[in-house]
Amino acid sequence: MTVDSIHENPSEQVDSMLADTAFLEDIRRQMIKFATLQLGDSNQAEDAVQEALIGALKNAASFGGRAALKTWIFAILKNKIADVLRLKQRVVNASSLLREEDENDDLSALFDRKGYWQADERPVAWGNPEASLRETHFWRVFEACLEGLPPKQARVFMMREFIELSANEICESMGLTTSNLHVLLHRSRLRLRECIENKWYLEGEKNAELS
Amino acid sequence: MLNCHEATRLMSEAQERSLSFSERISLSLHVTICRGCHNFKEQMGALRKMTRAYVKGENQEKK
Repeated sequence: MTVDSIHENPSEQVDSMLADTAFLEDIRRQMIKFATLQLGDSNQAEDAVQEALIGALKNAASFGGRAALKTWIFAILKNKIADVLRLKQRVVNASSLLREEDENDDLSALFDRKGYWQADERPVAWGNPEASLRETHFWRVFEACLEGLPPKQARVFMMREFIELSANEICESMGLTTSNLHVLLHRSRLRLRECIENKWYLEGEKNAELS
Repeated sequence: MLNCHEATRLMSEAQERSLSFSERISLSLHVTICRGCHNFKEQMGALRKMTRAYVKGENQEKK
């Protein structure tokens, strides 16, 4: 059998995809982070991801490649998360309604009327961001900042940066126009940046001065 | 001339699409003279690195 004919055989292609544990493990990790932050519960997140993986892999033979499989797993996961949230919604309805309003926040706290940074909101230099990645406390701050984003902003940010979906895929799956998506991602990055700066870089300096 | 709101919007969009020639020119003009936006630009790269590291589970090691 030649190399070419192996690639034309879909079932062997699937076998090689499923045998690639690093690839599946990567997907699982990305999805679990996403699901955990969406659901606020790591057990429910693991369950949802597990079900989504099993569901998708059952039909793995119908997928042409890794990118398609990943998109499919994510689509299933998103539905599972939506189901769980729908159940939870009955409990948290009031608070989530309040948070939805944040989506339409104007950015006047950050920029003045001419669109320039407010003096106390101007981004400062972060020094050496790589060093932060080794600090346990940094990740707590990072997580808290992600959780503090308005839900829709958090969702698209994570779809883009955790799951690494393309802008087109996100627009399709969320029913957004490209410019909607750009606005949401811009806002999420402005907020996340600000939060990390205030809670990590500026707090850190204060702590350093005290010690 | 771009203001900071527009400049940050372009820097964010640059993570999803390639900017046009004229967008790149006006952005680099702005970033050259604006310290805050210069920092913002660095932070877009830093934010992506942090997120990738987070998803890879670098935060799990010490827990």
